[in-house]
Amino acid sequence: MNRNYRFYLQLTFTIVVCAFLIVPVVMSMMAGVTENFIKGISSGITLRWIFEVWDLYRDTIFLSLLIAIACLICTIVLGVPAAYVLAKRQGRVARMIEELLTLPLAIPGLAIALALIISFGGFREFRSSWVFILVGHVIYTLPFMMRSVLAVLSTADFRTLEEGAASLGAGFWRRFFDIVIPNCRTGIIAGSLMVVTLSMGEFNITWMLHTPVTKTLPVGLADSYASMRLEIGSAYTIIFLIMIMPLLIALQHYGKPRSPNTRPVEDDVESPLPSTSGQRP
Amino acid sequence: MEKRELPYLVVLALPVVIVALAFFLLPMARLAYIAGTGDDGFAAYTSVLTKPRYLESMIATTLLAGITTVVTLAIATIAGLFLERNRFLGRDFLISLLTFPLAFPGVVVGFMVIMLAGRQGLIGQITKAITGDKLIFAYSIAGLFLGYVYFSIPRVILTIMAAAEKLDSSLEEAARSLGASPWQVVRDVILPALKPALIASGAIAFATAMGAFGTAFTLATDIDVLPMTIYTEFTLRANIATAAALSIVLGIITWIVLSIARSFAGSSVAAAG
Amino acid sequence: MSHSTAIRLDSCAKTFPNGAKALDPMSLTIEGGETLIFLGPSGCGKTTTLRIIAGLESPDSGGKVLFDDEDVTKLPIEHRNVGMVFQSYALFPNMNVQQNIAYGLKIRKVSITDITQRVNEMMEMMHIGELQDRSIDQLSGGQRQRVALARAIAVRPKVLLLDEPLTALDALLRERLRVDIDSLLRSLGITTVYVTHDQAEAMSLGDRIVVMDRGQVAQVGTPREIYFEPQGEFVADFIGTMNRMQGTVTDGRFQTRGGSLPIPHANEGPSNLLFRPENARIVPVAQAPLSGTVASVFFLGDKSRLIISGITDGHITIDAENSETFNPGDPIGLSVDTQHLLFV
Repeated sequence: MNRNYRFYLQLTFTIVVCAFLIVPVVMSMMAGVTENFIKGISSGITLRWIFEVWDLYRDTIFLSLLIAIACLICTIVLGVPAAYVLAKRQGRVARMIEELLTLPLAIPGLAIALALIISFGGFREFRSSWVFILVGHVIYTLPFMMRSVLAVLSTADFRTLEEGAASLGAGFWRRFFDIVIPNCRTGIIAGSLMVVTLSMGEFNITWMLHTPVTKTLPVGLADSYASMRLEIGSAYTIIFLIMIMPLLIALQHYGKPRSPNTRPVEDDVESPLPSTSGQRP
Repeated sequence: MEKRELPYLVVLALPVVIVALAFFLLPMARLAYIAGTGDDGFAAYTSVLTKPRYLESMIATTLLAGITTVVTLAIATIAGLFLERNRFLGRDFLISLLTFPLAFPGVVVGFMVIMLAGRQGLIGQITKAITGDKLIFAYSIAGLFLGYVYFSIPRVILTIMAAAEKLDSSLEEAARSLGASPWQVVRDVILPALKPALIASGAIAFATAMGAFGTAFTLATDIDVLPMTIYTEFTLRANIATAAALSIVLGIITWIVLSIARSFAGSSVAAAG
Repeated sequence: MSHSTAIRLDSCAKTFPNGAKALDPMSLTIEGGETLIFLGPSGCGKTTTLRIIAGLESPDSGGKVLFDDEDVTKLPIEHRNVGMVFQSYALFPNMNVQQNIAYGLKIRKVSITDITQRVNEMMEMMHIGELQDRSIDQLSGGQRQRVALARAIAVRPKVLLLDEPLTALDALLRERLRVDIDSLLRSLGITTVYVTHDQAEAMSLGDRIVVMDRGQVAQVGTPREIYFEPQGEFVADFIGTMNRMQGTVTDGRFQTRGGSLPIPHANEGPSNLLFRPENARIVPVAQAPLSGTVASVFFLGDKSRLIISGITDGHITIDAENSETFNPGDPIGLSVDTQHLLFV
């Protein structure tokens, strides 16, 4: 019948689209474990490429992890209080600060990196340390953490909870640590996953900021694509995928919008995850 | 309670404001200033329109971003609506597959394009088997286009699915009760209701594509998109002022486009490239 | 509970930053141990008054709040030692029932053994002992309300403040909990300020009621005073059902469309006469001072509510026993007990 025919047509279309996205991923994963890509699977399965990548790029992988964790700590320490302030204050100053803090999302990474180089290029030590890259990552990922926490703070009735705690004698800091922070937990977790994923995969900013001694994983990837065999580039991609896979799965799990006490009003902040975010391509 | 809390809130907000000022706002201001210190002075800002090399780059980038947006919207609307409105075995799996590439940096997307359309690419092998000629287009504008569509689809599909979820099914049911065919329901009820989401996600796709760097870097085509032009001006030609001016112009364009998106879909939209 | 705190409000007014006047200057004394109810429709200022007493809002300058003889106007809520129950209960989702109840005691640095003892006491008093480890989202509305009360009382507050605590519950539960709250407040003997828009609640729980209308106090009195001697139209209309007849007083009689009543002591001229349904009786039409036609009949189970037209410009509401059946269109006669009439 008509309905079935349309259903299957759309299904086929969707599957083709999925194939378009996934087939190259599968191909590259296979290439990473094949002796010789040109000859194909028949040349044998091997892990040598992966080991070679590990030898060549081990440092970049560790540096990426270090920066991602440092970035996470920074965004939590900076972003969670910021989200709280933005949730409490409605005035124009608060909105301006919110605009300022989310501005990095609207600007190409290239511009952010250029601005940093021009401003701090003269500080030798700083410029050639991994902290320089960290700064770029923090500026870029901070809005994600803030928005994730802000989303949670806007749905629960925080003001009344705080008044309840105040009526029992809790002062500002007690309220902040006993009531506010624990109840933002899902927002902080979702934001954390987002920040770590983005930091691990960040390229546009990092490429401009990096030096030969401060290379991250994506920078290494670009290197390997340009100068190494296909098999090595593929193997390196496998390692990257393995590292972000658990993050992505956790993200999908935590990305489900919270339901019950949603305020019926706001059209914007609904789920802890801004659904259209992702890596800069 | 509000007035008394203000000093505490200032204390909480201070660290982030200081960091944002020191590492973002002031550097950007300096960038804007530096842009005017080159040979052309502040005319560097309009050089994107006046100098042919930059104008070409700008046009190429805009066209590429525009076509990518249209194609992606079409693909994502069909697939997104289908996935949102039907429940079947494997649906969640397909959705995961479609949103998985969100985490890929542009370089990886470029690599995927090489996998599909490069010298050893899948498309080349298929066309060789069929026609005897290998079709290789990874390093041309078509390859770039493929890459741009590749990274745009996951983002746009998610937004459309989220918007489709919120559609009021009673509107559809009313149309059907009045005799509308499925296609008419889509054309007259669903697409109009999705219009804000379509505009918003289209704007995001456009802005992301305009600012995309990693993909173009990996594919290294002849035609330079604006981010690549900025990059070469800065690193290869040490033309700091021009690079600064161009990146400010690009930043302003993406910011404007994203502001449009926000006004259609609230502040849950995000990331440009 | 040894001593109960008296509360005094001195010229407390509240204007919001946008210029809206929420509360006109109010002066009021609440006796120690009394249960005082603020009653009125939404927007009348009752919650604002409660929040001023609590310390969540400060009154406009010149206003003073005193607990016994201590001026607490400048004291924030954290230091006023009040027990507050919010309309949405404000239970902390990151703590279980026990931890919620214990929170105020924890802040006051009470020893663990004392905390445990007090929490158990509270849980027993509110009959929620079996809920102690549950998380908040596993509780029903009625259970949450009891936890909220337990939490507020655990700290032995000077005054208890309740902001529409029953509004979020369905009607049946509300009636049942009303009884529980009543016995609780009696046994505690603590000064209680209670805000509600439900007059049945106000009448059953309050020692005194403050009826409020658009930021102003309309009347202060005991439930009986409010019901039988309402001062002014607003209170009369708001409390219970009130019938209103338009007419003129001439020669010691009140004349209206459907008849007349002897009113010896009233002023001459046009006036409105108010009376409650229970002060009217159905009498045979021939001897009735007032007569009209039955417009609608609502069967309520134990009685029937009749809506009568033709006596005056509007409708008259009367309750009838079910021994006699009335149908729309029937003629009907009424007599009104002149002891309980109100002129407006």
